[in-house]
Amino acid sequence: MYMFNRNGVCLFYREWNRPLRTLNPQQDHKLMFGLLFSLKSSPLRWIPPDEGNLGVPQLPGQGCSFHSFCTNTYKFSFMESPSGIKIILITHPMTGDLREALKYIYSLYVEYVAKNPLYAPGTPIRRANLEWQVRTMVIG
Amino acid sequence: MAAICSLFIINKSGGLIFYKDYGSAGRMDTNDSLRVASLWHSMHAISQQLSPTVGCSGIELLEADTFDLHCFQSLTGTKFFVVCEPGALHMEALLKVIYELYTDYVLKNPFYEMEMPIRCELFDLNLSQAVQKDRVALLGR
Repeated sequence: MYMFNRNGVCLFYREWNRPLRTLNPQQDHKLMFGLLFSLKSSPLRWIPPDEGNLGVPQLPGQGCSFHSFCTNTYKFSFMESPSGIKIILITHPMTGDLREALKYIYSLYVEYVAKNPLYAPGTPIRRANLEWQVRTMVIG
Repeated sequence: MAAICSLFIINKSGGLIFYKDYGSAGRMDTNDSLRVASLWHSMHAISQQLSPTVGCSGIELLEADTFDLHCFQSLTGTKFFVVCEPGALHMEALLKVIYELYTDYVLKNPFYEMEMPIRCELFDLNLSQAVQKDRVALLGR
């Protein structure tokens, strides 16, 4: 599970069952964010509205919002909040629609991180509570 | 109402060799379709890198709010992908049929050069028939 803010800083990363690791963590985060950014941005408006302005940068929340893709080994589910916080879950390909789970994780983020007066936006999250809650949700 | 909106075929280096669109929305000009095809090729490759386990063969299905995208990669690296309405069924079967038509009418054509844009009449004809049949079957269900 990855969580990024709108600038691409990885705020939170946890793994529970990951047999293969091809890149070091920094590169892995960058690649993940890069893939996500490219998939979201305007060239992928394949059923576009009447103007087809490719290449225009978009505000978070605009444009067509893809929510997941599957490969034969994993399923990538994604949610973006209006403030630009992006949550990604990598799961088994047979997993159903995870949008509710992503919304729940976002609500945990709001609860434990955004409401924390000592948290500076843009820095990686080190909140033990958040981690514990997410773990309980995933494993339970 | 047709389920399939457009079909792209890209060669193993990511160049677009065939593009056909069927829907009234989503019509793209040549430049846009070329751009989109190369983008997809790179993203397909990146997604293989990000796999948590071995043996990933790239994106097979991408779901968004307004469309779905199904991709089929042959053993030679040629990718066939269709953009269709969300929740469209049997796209994988359709992709396999298109792959068969490709092998029959394009690869067996002695004048066709590998990795070049497809300009085979028989392929176009049979492709339209296959898509039409799929549409009719869809309406019939």
